[in-house]
Amino acid sequence: MRIAELVMALVLAVFSIYLMWKSAELPIGWLPGEGPGGGAFPFWLSLGMLVCCVAIIVRWITKASAPSRSTEPYMTPETVKRFALVAGSLTAMIALIHVIGVYGAVPLFLVFYVRFLGRHSWSATFALAVSTPVAAFFFFEIALKKTLPKGFTEPLFYPLYDIFL
Amino acid sequence: MEVFALLVDGFVITFGPLNLSLVIAGVVVGLFIGAMPGLGSVNGVAILLPMTFLVPPTSAIIFLAAIYYGAMYGGAISSIMLGIPGASTAVATTFDGRPLALKGMADKALVAAATASFVGGTLSIVLFTLFALPLAEVALAFGPPETFALMVLAFATFIGLTGDDIWKTLFSIFIGLVFSTVGLDIISGQPRLIFGDLTGFYHGINFLVLAIGIYGIGEMLWTIEVAQGDVLMSKATVTFRRVFDSLKELRSSAKTMVMGSFLGYFVGILPAAGATPGSLMAYGVAKAVSKDPETYGQGNVDGVVAPEAANNAASTGSMLPMLTLGIPGSPTTAVLLGGMVIWGLEPGPLVFVDHPDFVWGLIASLYVANLFALLINIGFIPAFIWVLKLPFTILAPIIFVLCVIGGYVPTQDLHDVWLMLIFGVVGYLMRKLDYPLAPAVLAIVLGPLAEPALRQSLIGSQGDMMIFFERPISGTIMAVAIILFALPLLKIVNDLRKRAR
Repeated sequence: MRIAELVMALVLAVFSIYLMWKSAELPIGWLPGEGPGGGAFPFWLSLGMLVCCVAIIVRWITKASAPSRSTEPYMTPETVKRFALVAGSLTAMIALIHVIGVYGAVPLFLVFYVRFLGRHSWSATFALAVSTPVAAFFFFEIALKKTLPKGFTEPLFYPLYDIFL
Repeated sequence: MEVFALLVDGFVITFGPLNLSLVIAGVVVGLFIGAMPGLGSVNGVAILLPMTFLVPPTSAIIFLAAIYYGAMYGGAISSIMLGIPGASTAVATTFDGRPLALKGMADKALVAAATASFVGGTLSIVLFTLFALPLAEVALAFGPPETFALMVLAFATFIGLTGDDIWKTLFSIFIGLVFSTVGLDIISGQPRLIFGDLTGFYHGINFLVLAIGIYGIGEMLWTIEVAQGDVLMSKATVTFRRVFDSLKELRSSAKTMVMGSFLGYFVGILPAAGATPGSLMAYGVAKAVSKDPETYGQGNVDGVVAPEAANNAASTGSMLPMLTLGIPGSPTTAVLLGGMVIWGLEPGPLVFVDHPDFVWGLIASLYVANLFALLINIGFIPAFIWVLKLPFTILAPIIFVLCVIGGYVPTQDLHDVWLMLIFGVVGYLMRKLDYPLAPAVLAIVLGPLAEPALRQSLIGSQGDMMIFFERPISGTIMAVAIILFALPLLKIVNDLRKRAR
C-alpha cells in the first residue's frame, strides 16, 4: 500500500501539471474589459491540485497518512485476478458494442459473467441474457425513443422499427 | 383567506378524473425513471411534450409535476439500493442510504426517504401557498456574487464536516471543478480542455458520466473486492410490521425533516440554486447539529431524511422563480416554462392574478402527487427489497449493463461510456487509497453554477475580489463558509497541540 500511495500521488501530480499546461491554451490572466480569461479557472484549480499532491507526498514521507504506513498489499493476487476479469469483460463488452451493437454485446457479457464468473445454471443465464436486451429495447427505444448503438446489426432492426414505432 | 379558497378550487381541479389519473400515472412513470441510473425527470418530460397538445394545459402541467415529483422519489431508490445516485439531487442520499442498505436496513432507509420526501414536499407547498409573492422579492436580491457565495458555502459544508484526509478531499473537489470546465467556455465561447482533441469532449463531461462511473462501476469493483466472492449482497426483510416500526422511529427525525424542508425550500427559490446544493447543505447542517456526527456516513437515518426532505422542498421552491420571474432553475422547469408560454400564460407576478386556475391547480396537484408518491413508494418497497436479495453475481452484471446503457443515453455518444469506465476504474483505484470521491461528484455539478457566477461577479466588480464581502447577503454567506473551512484547520492545530504534549 505504501508504494501505491506514492505512485498514485506522483501520477496525479503529473496529471495536474498536464492540466495546467492544457488550461493555459486559453488566456489565464485578467483580460482588460472582459474579465478572467477562459483558462483562468481550470489553471488555478489545477495548480491547487498540484499543491495537494505535493502535500500528500510530504505526508507520505513523514508517514502521517494511514495508507503511507500500511504494509498490506495494495491488491492481493486474488483481487488482481477478479479485477482483471471484471474490468476486462466490461471493456470487451463496450468494445464489442462498437461492432455488433448493444443487443449483441450485452448477451455475450451476461453469459460470460453469470455463467462463467458466477457459475449459475444455464437456464438462469439464458433467461437473463435474453430478457435484458428485450427489456432494454422496449424501454429505451420504444418508450423513451432513445436509440441504442447497434453496430453492424442495424439493418436487422428495421422491420422491428416498422412494427413498433 | 382568499388563498385558501383558491387552493380549494385547485384541489377540485386536481381531483377531476382526468387529472387524478394523470397524477397517478405521472408519479409511477417518474418513480420508475428516477430509479434508473442515467435517466432523470428530463426524460420523463420528453414524454410530456406531445401531451401538451392532447389535453388542456392545466392537465399537461399536472402530469409534468407528477413526473417531476415521482422522479425525486425514484432517485432515492437508486441511491439506497444500488448506491448509484440516479440524479444529482440524490447524491447526498447515498452517503447514509447505501450503508443502511448494506446493513440489511434498506426498507428502513426507503421508508425514511419516502416519508422525508413527503414532509419536505408538503411543508414547501404550504410555504409556497402562504409566501409566494414576498419571497419572489428576496430571490430578486440574489445576484452573481450571492450565487457564488452560496456555492462556496456548499463546498465549505463538505470540507468542514468531513473527517477524511483534507488534502485528498481538496484534490477531489479541485479535479471535479476542473472536469466541469471541459467543453465550450460559456463566456468566451472557446473550447477548453479538449483532451487529445477528441470531439466527444466538446459537449463537456456530463455529471452522470462521472457519477455512474464512480458510483456504479467503481462501487461494483469495490464490492467485488470486499465481498471476495461471497454471494449475497445484503440481507433484507420487509413486513408491514417493519414498515410500521420504521415509521414510528421516524418521529425522532421530525426536527431534521423540518430543518431539511425549510433549508431546501429557501435554497430552491433562488434562481440557479436548486435541489442539489439544497440537499447537500441539508446533509451538512444535519451532521453539524447532530449529537453523534461520526455516525453520519455509516448509516444514520437522519442522513437520509435531511437531503430527501430538502430536495423535494427545493423542487417546489424552484417553481417559484419560474412562475414569478420566468427564470427556470432546471431543465424540467424550463420545459414547464415552455409549456406556459405555448398556452399564452405569461410568467410574472400577474400570473397569480390573471390565471389563478392554472397556478392553484398546479400547486394543489403537487400536494396530491406528493401523497400518491408516498403511498405508491411504500407499496413498492417489497419489490425493491426482492431485487436486493438477488445473488450478487446476478445483480452485478445487470447493474454493469444498466450503467453502460445509462452512460450512453444522456448524450448518445459511446465516448461517454468509455469515459465512464475510465472514471470507474481510476475512481476505484483511488478509493483504495482513501481518496474521497463524493466531493468530485459534488464539484462537477456545482462547477457550472459556480464558475459563471464567479466570473460575472468579477467582471461586474472590475476584478475586485472584495465584492463578495461588501454585499450584505453574500458577505454573510461567505463568513459562514469561512468558519466552516476553518474547522478542519482548528482540528489540525488541536491535533498538533495534543501530540506536542
